Amino acid sequence: MNQMLNVSSSPHARCKTTTRSIMYDVIIALLPATLFGVYRFGFYALIMVLVTTLAAVLTEYVYEVGTKRRVTILDGSAAVTGLLLALNMPPGIPLWIPVVGSVFAILVVKQLFGGLGQNFMNPALAARCFLLISFTGRMNDFVVDGISGATPLALLKSGENVDLSAMLWGFTGGTIGEVSTLAILLGAVYLLVRRVISWLIPVTYIVSFAVCVVLLGGHGLDMTFLLGHLLGGGLMLGAWFMASDYVTSPITRNGKILFGILLGVLTCIFRLFGGSAGGVSYAIILCNLLVPLIEKVTMPKAFGWEGKQS
Amino acid sequence: MSDATFQGGVHPFDGKDLSKDKPVKTVLPKGDLVYPLSQHIGAPARPVVAKGDKVLVGQRIAEASGFVSANIVSSVSGTVKSIEPRLLPNGGVVNSIIVENDHTYETIPGMGTKRDSGKMSKEEIRQAIQDAGVVGMGGAGFPTHVKLTPKDDSAIDYVIVNGAECEPYLTSDYRMMLEEPEKIVEGLRAMLMLFENAKGVIGIEKNKPEAIARLTELVKDEPRMEVCPMKVKYPQGAERNLIYAVTGRKLTSKKLPADVGCVVSNVDSVIAIYMAVCESTPLMRRIVTVTGDAIKEPQNFRVRTGTCYGELIEEAGGFVKEPQKVISGGPMMGFALTSLEVPVTKTSSALLCLGVDAMEEEPETACIRCGRCGEVCPSHLVPQKLMEACERFDLEQFEKLYGMECYECGSCTYTCPAKRPLTQAFKQARKAVADNRRKQQAAK
Repeated sequence: MNQMLNVSSSPHARCKTTTRSIMYDVIIALLPATLFGVYRFGFYALIMVLVTTLAAVLTEYVYEVGTKRRVTILDGSAAVTGLLLALNMPPGIPLWIPVVGSVFAILVVKQLFGGLGQNFMNPALAARCFLLISFTGRMNDFVVDGISGATPLALLKSGENVDLSAMLWGFTGGTIGEVSTLAILLGAVYLLVRRVISWLIPVTYIVSFAVCVVLLGGHGLDMTFLLGHLLGGGLMLGAWFMASDYVTSPITRNGKILFGILLGVLTCIFRLFGGSAGGVSYAIILCNLLVPLIEKVTMPKAFGWEGKQS
Repeated sequence: MSDATFQGGVHPFDGKDLSKDKPVKTVLPKGDLVYPLSQHIGAPARPVVAKGDKVLVGQRIAEASGFVSANIVSSVSGTVKSIEPRLLPNGGVVNSIIVENDHTYETIPGMGTKRDSGKMSKEEIRQAIQDAGVVGMGGAGFPTHVKLTPKDDSAIDYVIVNGAECEPYLTSDYRMMLEEPEKIVEGLRAMLMLFENAKGVIGIEKNKPEAIARLTELVKDEPRMEVCPMKVKYPQGAERNLIYAVTGRKLTSKKLPADVGCVVSNVDSVIAIYMAVCESTPLMRRIVTVTGDAIKEPQNFRVRTGTCYGELIEEAGGFVKEPQKVISGGPMMGFALTSLEVPVTKTSSALLCLGVDAMEEEPETACIRCGRCGEVCPSHLVPQKLMEACERFDLEQFEKLYGMECYECGSCTYTCPAKRPLTQAFKQARKAVADNRRKQQAAK
């Protein structure tokens, strides 16, 4: 042996999963919803998805080069943020709006707070809310090719009927990525099978939301109303792809359950009693802020210490 | 019924196929033998020989210097060359007795005398084990006679033989379960003589069906013994997980197995107990798996303690490629060696030679709080939070988050997608906390 041996403290084995592989899995899981959005809303939607994603990646690159940090754009996290933001955009919005959103998401929400893992809110959703407040009219304009695209939630709010099967497939009005429940669920199944996410947050979120709608919605067990709320708006996209975001959700098991329940309750309240038809984005970023507190009260006890005073 | 197991754990590449079908081959030492005075937990042994003394196989060359300590015997006949500090596999340097082998293997009188454990008193059995210098050979090296002397013999209701061998690559215990299962059963019988209310349970992971079959067959007419097949998962063989899988009882760092009515010994230790009690032979050999992708012919060796690791590599055909990392033990809890000039000790189980160091392949990146570390932690800790405490040097918070319940199994580091050295940081923090506690105790 003529070369020095590597010496380090155990363990000496590592699994193959990396941050990069996780992020790429999320991108793969978002593809069905993205592709459906492009199919449904046309070439412009494709351009917007690409430009928004690229803007997010570029912002991260420029910031990291400018501040002499290790460039991390290949880990895929900025691309996930950009893609999620694009999927939360109305199909006809001018390109510069999502680009502004991407810059805000990466620069303000993510990098200024310390980069990957340090953001206190989901960057894509924080940016969406920022855009909603700044450009309310354009962000709520779902008209495509001159055809009015009133969202199912708006219809529900004004007491009209919705077409559930169209909502399931995605032939309704809405943002690029939220319209097709089936496409979103396909991606969610992929994430579950690949064990990228656990079912805890999305399922507790959706169940607690459904319970709240039944209790507070004023329609009791009216299935059209309940399913309309479950399939409509950003609930599915939010529950499976954004509430489950690692960085901004609790790390403890019980914390995930509590987080999911809180999300369901808040989303329901925002949707039923709030000014706008949607409520998922606000519910998630609000609960993101509660994560440190939730973790504090749900820290597990060590094996064998259950029920004991520590 | 689902298999006995625990919550948490990981499934690393197990690499056992490299050596699991290779019968144990006896190798004799070529060079000098090195016997470190501290190859067990507790006080180092005190040498009872001096430079120039003639020693025989099985002769005691160092004696226990307290109750929690262990005797050390010579595994060859020859001359004591010197007593000097030598490097141990775990990186420590301790005083060691160096014996020059005369290759005649002349034994002490009386060694190998057959005895029937059923006709021996408890005191005789314990004395035989203590004299033989038996320690926990699963890795910790806790003196076995201490483990077998709890406050109240009648309170022990489980004697558990640890045949999990959950560490990847290791096949030494597996080979012994196939090749010398009678010795395991007889060793267990001797242990059960000490604990009249105890049941003997041999816990084996289900990836060793032949071992399960062989031992199940052997104990089928033993009313006090049974085999417990367990789920294949690392670290199934860790004491707390094994006890939980077999009995449902929960052990913490504040308790000893005896506090929950259990005595746990690894397969090779049980064979050492059999040898000490039934064949009047002290502990002076080890089964060592020499394996890894850098080794030409991975296999299992019966080695005399004190033999140099380097000789085992030659015996296994040498290297087929330049090893990047050589590990004494398995990849999850073993020690990376700086040199092959270290001796096989009572707790050596394997020599793993890896052509690629997995720890180097990916750079460390930022934590994304995915929570996988907490999902795999067998102690139900949240390593992510412990790591935050470590990074702030906040030992108080580390303790508050049950950091001292970590037993360094490595599952969190293994599973971390950001490739953060979690276990490594916890080892340092745990040592700092333990040192502080000792200082506080001393100040009182």
